[in-house]
Amino acid sequence: MAANATIRIQQADFDVGHEIAALTKGRIDIGAVVSFSGICRGSENGEPIAALTLEHYPDMAEAEIKRHADEAISRWPLSGLTVIHRVGRIVPGENIVLVLAASAHRQAAFEAAEFLMDYLKANAPFWKREESTAGTSWIEAHDHDDAAAARWTKS
Amino acid sequence: MKVKYFAWVRERIGKAEETLEPPADVRTVGELIGWLAQRGETYAYAFETPRVIRAAIDHTHVKSDAMISGAREIAFFPPMTGG
Repeated sequence: MAANATIRIQQADFDVGHEIAALTKGRIDIGAVVSFSGICRGSENGEPIAALTLEHYPDMAEAEIKRHADEAISRWPLSGLTVIHRVGRIVPGENIVLVLAASAHRQAAFEAAEFLMDYLKANAPFWKREESTAGTSWIEAHDHDDAAAARWTKS
Repeated sequence: MKVKYFAWVRERIGKAEETLEPPADVRTVGELIGWLAQRGETYAYAFETPRVIRAAIDHTHVKSDAMISGAREIAFFPPMTGG
């Protein structure tokens, strides 16, 4: 049976332990859960930042995450997937994004979590703006994020 | 069609969305960017470097040679920085 993905885009913070418990509750087929948390750093390029504000394209963000979650489910034998992405103002130390991948064995869970994060960074319509003492500015995209996503493309 | 702008594209143009009817000879996403860039200073600034602008038609990423006929919603935005 194919796994279901839980996808949420929300302003509120989340609790990683609670999300893992929710994913595995009552399940005895899961042997591995890989968890990736993206966390707001207190500095960008050596300069301190006060906060990040995340803007998104609501309808497309949901669709893109769903599309990539479905692809992960088709490529790896997963038992469950959770993707949570926050929007709005996020201060250093707070969570930004969570990917949980559950499987019977660790390899599929590791690979699916990494695949999803690489694709989300390059393709999910979210934009970060940083607040610092110098004012606010949009964070620039990195070419290495596109390269990280491209390595999962099947030839 | 509805046209939406995000992040610094939205800030430079000064609006989040609008409804536009481009002329019939504007057939592709790239041609639409060229047409938009001539609508005024704010648009020219937003689209001054077309190669960095990303586009989506009806919530799906597209390249600049994609045809716009039949599109209900076209969005323009900078490279994504989520995750």
